[in-house]
Amino acid sequence: MNILLMLIPLTLVVMAVALVAFLWSVKAGQFDDLEGPAHRILFDDDDPRIPASARRAEQLARHRSTDSS
Amino acid sequence: MAVAASSLPLDHAFCPDREGACFHCGLPVPGASSHRAAVDGAERSFCCVGCQAVAETIEAAGLVEFYRQRDDWSPRPALPDLSGVADMSIYDREDLQQGLVECDAEQQASTSLILEGLTCAACAWLSERHVNSIPGVLEFRVNYATHRASLRWDRSRTSLAGVLEAVARIGFRAHPFDPGRRDSIQRQEQRTALRRLAVAALGMVQVMMLAVALYAGHYAGMTGAMQGFLRWVSLLITVPVLLYAAQPFFRGLWRDLRYRHLSMDVPVSLALGGAFAISVWFTWRGGGEVYYDSVTMFTFFLLSSRFLEMAARHRVGLSVEERLHSLPALAIRVDEDGAEAQVPVAALQAGDRVLLRPGDTVPADGRISEGEGSVDEALLSGESLPVRRRVGDRLVGGAVNVESPLVMTVEAVGKNTTLAGIVALLERVQSERPRLAQLTDRVAGYFVAVVLLVATVVAVYWGLIAGAATAAEITLAVLVVTCPCALSLATPTALAAAVGSLTRSGLLVTSGEALETLGRATHMLFDKTGTLTWGRLRVERVVSLVDGLSEERLLALAAALERGSEHPLGRAIRNACDTPPGASEIHNTPGRGVAGTVDGTRYRLGSAGFVGIHDDADEQDAAGLTRVWLADQTGPLGRLELADQVRAEAPAVVASLKTLGLRVGMLSGDRPAAARALARRLDIDHAQGGLSPTDKLAAVRQLQSREAVVAMVGDGINDAPVLGAAQVSVAMGTGTQLAQASADLVLLSESLETLHEGVTIARRTRAIIAQNMGWAILYNVIALPLAASGWLAPWMAAIGMSLSSLLVVANAFRLRYPTR
Repeated sequence: MNILLMLIPLTLVVMAVALVAFLWSVKAGQFDDLEGPAHRILFDDDDPRIPASARRAEQLARHRSTDSS
Repeated sequence: MAVAASSLPLDHAFCPDREGACFHCGLPVPGASSHRAAVDGAERSFCCVGCQAVAETIEAAGLVEFYRQRDDWSPRPALPDLSGVADMSIYDREDLQQGLVECDAEQQASTSLILEGLTCAACAWLSERHVNSIPGVLEFRVNYATHRASLRWDRSRTSLAGVLEAVARIGFRAHPFDPGRRDSIQRQEQRTALRRLAVAALGMVQVMMLAVALYAGHYAGMTGAMQGFLRWVSLLITVPVLLYAAQPFFRGLWRDLRYRHLSMDVPVSLALGGAFAISVWFTWRGGGEVYYDSVTMFTFFLLSSRFLEMAARHRVGLSVEERLHSLPALAIRVDEDGAEAQVPVAALQAGDRVLLRPGDTVPADGRISEGEGSVDEALLSGESLPVRRRVGDRLVGGAVNVESPLVMTVEAVGKNTTLAGIVALLERVQSERPRLAQLTDRVAGYFVAVVLLVATVVAVYWGLIAGAATAAEITLAVLVVTCPCALSLATPTALAAAVGSLTRSGLLVTSGEALETLGRATHMLFDKTGTLTWGRLRVERVVSLVDGLSEERLLALAAALERGSEHPLGRAIRNACDTPPGASEIHNTPGRGVAGTVDGTRYRLGSAGFVGIHDDADEQDAAGLTRVWLADQTGPLGRLELADQVRAEAPAVVASLKTLGLRVGMLSGDRPAAARALARRLDIDHAQGGLSPTDKLAAVRQLQSREAVVAMVGDGINDAPVLGAAQVSVAMGTGTQLAQASADLVLLSESLETLHEGVTIARRTRAIIAQNMGWAILYNVIALPLAASGWLAPWMAAIGMSLSSLLVVANAFRLRYPTR
């Protein structure tokens, strides 16, 4: 059980690090907007960077252009 | 225009693929529109070159994701003049950047921007991506919650004007502003609250973990040394929670002690301080129970509900801010010789003539002296569609000129403007603590006194039969479980949520008490002119008395004669006819009529006496019509009948108010016959005409003597005494002396329909406050005996109390969303 005598102070250190990180991020203004980020995550703006979706988009575009002609 | 306003929003529902709607802004596309472009893989049509340009820019920048993600129409961009996009270069002037832009040595500058036109989260994303792609922009971050953005850029590679133009090119408006004191105070408040929450949350999690170990160890036979170690660690973690996170409660205790007043901070502080003291004592001595877990948990839950209340309060403050910052910094003054000069808005004076280009914000109150066009007053009135304004019409500072250039004559600047009046009212709302909330504070005060008394009795009783340790534990549970937090939160949270919701829909609530009274109202009385009607005349009927003279020709002749008239009658006649023929030798006899020559014939237009006939009806007959006669040398040719325009939504509003069980009445200073005619048309039960302000006052007093709760709706200036006498008064926001108006509520939207919503929300607010109070009292009635008899451990009490408060806050938040 004596391991606790070392582990618990260690958790205190980790906790202090987490706290400092949070306080810093508040200070840096990362929590000023509590609404926008919730929506922002929904944007698939990394889509073209995923090879599979890029291919799919290409196919779709080709499909559309044949439709309209 | 009011007619269109009430029906258009339905067609305007968001549906991006509908035929005939502009792909960008959703307004109807003119039949033969040539504005087409390929966007997001298909051919789209647009209503104007502006929308097309914006969509093409977005497409070219590879940001079409915006069109897939948005959930509302985008605002119609200001029409770019031929050079491309509205000129922003003025923002690069050093004198204007003074105080708005901060520069540091390395060519880096930063500023805060207000972004207008953000309708959904996709807009925030779009502008952020677009601006960040400009070379030289170091950082552009949009705060979607406040519609603010912070910008940092490299002065050697781009300019502020360049960034603003880029924003304009994707259809939004941005302008720098000076983040005022309130802005920074609110941000500071939110950041502090978050920091306290974080400290409390982290502390709570750690202490809880240790508490589980302690509880488990208690049964599994933990060594005394280990137990002591865990307790000391818990103590170490609890200290910052108590000293930093729980600080507001102790400050409240100190304030209460100084003012000899009891609030919920007293039992909270006693419980926190007491529990901590006992725990420290047992940690020091060993044995007994420690309550570090309860202390941290209690602090965290209390802070959470206070954080939610603060968020609701800030939301109200935000709408104030938006209005406050809506005046531009520069205006274009037109001198007498026609020269144009850019001057700071602060330098404008009454009488100056100002040029408003499309997309410009009206810098001060005034009237249009040249031009005609649509003006967007959404920020001031909540009215979402632009309204048409022509020469002589009022322009309100803060409105946006939508399509064509206008020249206005300034009438009021600075503190005398409508906008300043609204801001002053809103600030009053924010500073005044509603009486209802004061009442609950008093109730909570008594309640706290009772709780402290009960706690003392419980402590003494258990101390005598079971010893100090048990007594301490049970007393703690009593203090925690009966904390009147729910009681104290019940009213302010509900009021903040309701006021925020109503402000958004265009009904400004100047005090929480007013909202409460509106919910109790039994009678709603209207003034006639300017309230139920527009206070503007319109030609209702044209009667020709001569064969061969068509009504159109008669109207055209009259309009020709009234060409230069500024009299309300003349304006109304002119507005009724689009293409009047030319008239010459016009001679005006003020108050009587006008004479002039059209196509070689001399005509006279005016009252019956002026044109030389005897009219058996009065000049204004029973139906409330005003008659104007037209005659040539041979005799009368016909007459025009004019009447005040009734607000299009008035009949529906009267009917809907009746379905709410309100008795609707009308008090008018106009002639009784006219009042009765209008009352019949609107189906109003009680109408009295010909009343002087004193008569109106008497009528309201008489109703009140029969225990009626009277809500009076008037235009705020000539109805001031009767508005003051009614229990709750609503003023029309279009009145000029808004700041002086003694009204409790101000209708900023030009539509009476908001009244129905106002009454509904006021009633729901009352209901929710009652539910919240009922719940808080019921909870305490059940919990107190349980705690006093020793059934509840302090940690159970903390959870129960917190859930009760959160329930109350969540219930109040329902008011933020409409029921429909």
